[in-house]
Amino acid sequence: MADAAALVASIQSAVPDAAIEPAASVDLQATIFVTRDQLPAVARALRDHADLKFAFLAELTAADYWPHEPRFEVVYVLVSIEHKLRLRMKVRLSGDDAHLATVSAIWPAANWLEREVWDMFGIVFDGHPDPRRLLMPEDWEGFPLRKDSPVQIRRPTTTFEPLQVTAEEFRENVQRDRLSRET
Amino acid sequence: MGIESEYEIPVLTTTVEKMVQWARRSSIWPVTFGLACCAIEMMAMSCSRYDIARFGAEVFRGSPRQSDLMIVAGRLSRKMAPALRRIYDQMPEPKWVISMGACASIGGVFDNYAIVQGVDQVVPVDVYVPGCPPRPESLIYGIVQLQRKIAEQRLVQV
Repeated sequence: MADAAALVASIQSAVPDAAIEPAASVDLQATIFVTRDQLPAVARALRDHADLKFAFLAELTAADYWPHEPRFEVVYVLVSIEHKLRLRMKVRLSGDDAHLATVSAIWPAANWLEREVWDMFGIVFDGHPDPRRLLMPEDWEGFPLRKDSPVQIRRPTTTFEPLQVTAEEFRENVQRDRLSRET
Repeated sequence: MGIESEYEIPVLTTTVEKMVQWARRSSIWPVTFGLACCAIEMMAMSCSRYDIARFGAEVFRGSPRQSDLMIVAGRLSRKMAPALRRIYDQMPEPKWVISMGACASIGGVFDNYAIVQGVDQVVPVDVYVPGCPPRPESLIYGIVQLQRKIAEQRLVQV
């Protein structure tokens, strides 16, 4: 495994404009913070730069540090199969302004992962091709993995009809997913 | 019932109601529907070691339209509740429901926002089987209790 500091330095040289903030990690895995505005440029460079080639998004999740501010951290775990590297990239978000750009056009695997983060934490991914809930019922109110969300609720169980999609809508969804992948 | 000895062939006399009750309780076909770890015990119950075929309930059907019994085996999430209700609605009458295990009956250890606290909020339950998970013997006992219940169900409500 390559030295974490050397990897951070090569990322900084790949995107000179971005403020790459290295962070200490217990497991010695390279960890960086990037700002919300620079995320798309950094993500594209991480995937495409010849020294990096992080083509595989292994995980995308979030953490809630309520009541501290900035409240949320969105975490991207990236793997470079070509250079045998792993990288943890984080983005800090404040609680009253929790939105950032989607990376689903860069890594298609991010599509459902971002839907899950939206579902669980209520973090909005701007420009997401399919911003629906993933795990919770479609009409759910609230975001369960937020620290200020109640664990136990006393709410009657609803047995509504599951979301019905016609054949035409299904084909439109598939076609739209294909288009979002080609960009 | 009584044996009529004046005929050359043995003849059994009974009432239509008793005949139907006997037929219903002797061939309870459960729908193949497992939600969590209780389903493992349900499968063990249907296999050769415990052998629910002794009680005529071994034919797990893949379609709810051929089933008499739904064993709700495991915790039911709020998102799954409409699907469970739909499967129940697709089963033909007469139909029965066994709530298997603590989670299906009252939510069990999952006292949280995602799990239905008792499937009797969604479907009418005939027999509750306690346990976490219940052993196959418990579930067999539950099915025998259900058979006793079916044996007393009148064909015509008066």
